[in-house]
Amino acid sequence: MGREQNNAPIYQALKRHLSNRVVRLDVPGHKGGRMNKELRDFLGENCLKVDVNSMKPLDNLCHPVSVIREAEELASEAFGARHTFFIVNGTTAAVQAMVFTACKAGDKIIMPRNVHRSAINALVVCGAVPVYVNPGTNKRLGIPLGMSVKDVEKAIMENPDAKAVLVNNPTYYGVCSDIKKICEIAHAHGMLVLADEAHGTHLYFGDDLPVSAMAAGADMAAVSIHKTGGSLTQSSFLLCGKRISEGYVRQIINLTQTTSGSYLLMVSLDLARKNLFLNGRDMFKKAVDYADYAREEINKIGGYYAFGRELENGDDFFAFDSTKLSVHTRDVGLAGVEVYDILRDDYDIQIEFGDIGNILAIVSAGDRELEIERFISSLGEIKRLYGKDPSGMFDHEYINPQVVLAPQQAFYNDKKSMPIEKSEGMICGEFVMCYPPGIPILAPGERITRDILDYIAYCKEKGCFLTGTEDLEINNINVVV
Amino acid sequence: MDLWFTEKHTDDVNFTIKVKKQLYSGKSYYQEIDVFDTYEFGRVLVLDGFIMLTEKDEYIYHEMVTAVPMAVNPDIKRVLVIGAGDGGTIRELTRYPTIEHIDMVEIDKQVVEVCKEYLPQTACAFDDKRVELFFEDGLKYVRRKHDEYDLIIVDSTDPFGPGEGLFTKEFYGNCFKALTDTGILINQHESTYYDSYVDMVKRTHKRIGSAFPVTMVYQAHIPTYPSGHWLFGFASKNLHPVYDMQAEKWEKFGLKMRYYNTRLHEGCFALPNYVLEVLDNA
Repeated sequence: MGREQNNAPIYQALKRHLSNRVVRLDVPGHKGGRMNKELRDFLGENCLKVDVNSMKPLDNLCHPVSVIREAEELASEAFGARHTFFIVNGTTAAVQAMVFTACKAGDKIIMPRNVHRSAINALVVCGAVPVYVNPGTNKRLGIPLGMSVKDVEKAIMENPDAKAVLVNNPTYYGVCSDIKKICEIAHAHGMLVLADEAHGTHLYFGDDLPVSAMAAGADMAAVSIHKTGGSLTQSSFLLCGKRISEGYVRQIINLTQTTSGSYLLMVSLDLARKNLFLNGRDMFKKAVDYADYAREEINKIGGYYAFGRELENGDDFFAFDSTKLSVHTRDVGLAGVEVYDILRDDYDIQIEFGDIGNILAIVSAGDRELEIERFISSLGEIKRLYGKDPSGMFDHEYINPQVVLAPQQAFYNDKKSMPIEKSEGMICGEFVMCYPPGIPILAPGERITRDILDYIAYCKEKGCFLTGTEDLEINNINVVV
Repeated sequence: MDLWFTEKHTDDVNFTIKVKKQLYSGKSYYQEIDVFDTYEFGRVLVLDGFIMLTEKDEYIYHEMVTAVPMAVNPDIKRVLVIGAGDGGTIRELTRYPTIEHIDMVEIDKQVVEVCKEYLPQTACAFDDKRVELFFEDGLKYVRRKHDEYDLIIVDSTDPFGPGEGLFTKEFYGNCFKALTDTGILINQHESTYYDSYVDMVKRTHKRIGSAFPVTMVYQAHIPTYPSGHWLFGFASKNLHPVYDMQAEKWEKFGLKMRYYNTRLHEGCFALPNYVLEVLDNA
């Protein structure tokens, strides 16, 4: 294996296509950018020229038989999958394809409650019913962790008819469950294991990182190559193992996939795969080194806690992804989202997200010493200038949900809009979440409790970007009547 | 044969010097380093294609970043210099016998080595026993320091390249923290003559202002820098660069300067209206 990995079939086909100077009497109508000079000058000529439609020499994403097929095969080899699908509708589409493959209306699926909204959205669309496993929580950090194996086992025993178990590998914060063990148990009970690896591309290539879903024996994995693998935003891989029918998954994907798959996204996946295979090990070593260095330096500032592998406990914090640079900020007297805002507004540093108690910076091989030093120095300054007494701050991120109705049932039920502060005790008919990270505070079908209302009010006060409700101001909420 | 070195001052303006001989050309981890011998300006140090100094006019820059703060506070004992790999600033500082210690932090060791070999006019005081060299990132160095220096001089390259981190808000904040109560920060502040530099001057002025109560700008004429009109920043915790100047005490050092004098010191803080307009809108 390996020699073929120097190839990039889609890239090579596009280069051939450009050199043939084919007359463009098809879509897209910008005709290689000639229709819109400003756009072409801004994005670059090549970018517009390779923005082409499916055609015989370039294959077709919905039914790949030539160069896309070859690129998929190379990706499968690189990621250790039986089959790989190129996904151009975001990892959201990959997560939904996994759920739709495993579940029909009324089927049960076991998942941690701290999933990304795309997973619960999939349940709203297809009518599958979630069996939530409460994730572990870390009291000091206030964050949800992974799932404990015994909790998953219990859910499996209590719901032997469930079709699949969905696992975050890792969570947004870099926490992994014991996915290998979960695969063993789920498979022994005839259930599939689906992995949300939106933040897990590097697990397939780095040394000394948590195990990837395919290596652990999972059946499907949604991998956001664009997040840490270097492809363009919105491009992903859906990986499948040996229990999964490639043809059936393709039918599922084609239910909702665009028929005008973007070659910009596809070629970015093709070249990202090549680069990851050839250079991934070195690149992720560099990322881990940067993150480890930053953790050490940030912890010297005092007040901040940049956590790492010392929190691994063999259970719900089974493994930590060291490329994640998560920093607990509460002891500096600042909410994570406040530090996030100050970093952007005052220091021109955009990090991935800030929530109530933590911030997360994404570090990759694309960074340089400069970015890392600026981040560390800015945190020092923020503490010096804005740090205060942390007492009275909200200290938890995760509230166990009370699920009353299945998401689809609640979402499509008759609903009424009411002021959110008066909605205690009602059943929620929509999502409420901070974005990022996009993990629902309330999902359709869950009881609205005082704890949750207090949490939402606190998020608003601290300046979190709340989304999900029909009312964009989040003053009103739809509840089930 | 005619050999000319050209530096792009803007997209539409070039500055060209006739070269006698190229003495050195190399690439460090951080930048391209070139040294030319020229007919008009003597030896010239060029980093990433930009003139850093020439033997003919370097004294202007180096006197102005050292004499101005020394005249405001002649009791300065501990100095931190960031950048300054050519050694000119160090040379000027070591002329003051009352300075006890000078830490110099330069990210690129190769610049110092090249200057020692080809630019002895400036790189002549590194061996002074008060001078300690650190080859690391200035931003990283300074964030670990508290209340340690009476003067910090940021003798950096332009904000695009290895000097980028030295134009950030967090850097100036960390400098504030590293300075004593009478501390002064001097930085090279670019120029406002050409539009392409204006944004950076504004941003830098604003960022320093967010960290220091006293934030002033002064000027000098440096013929080989873009437009020839160059600015420096003077920031401090409480000292005013003109009202607090101790001219007599500075005169007692008895140092001969080719550009600086205490009358010029008063005048250099009086800026042209087009510069004031830029700074007022920062």
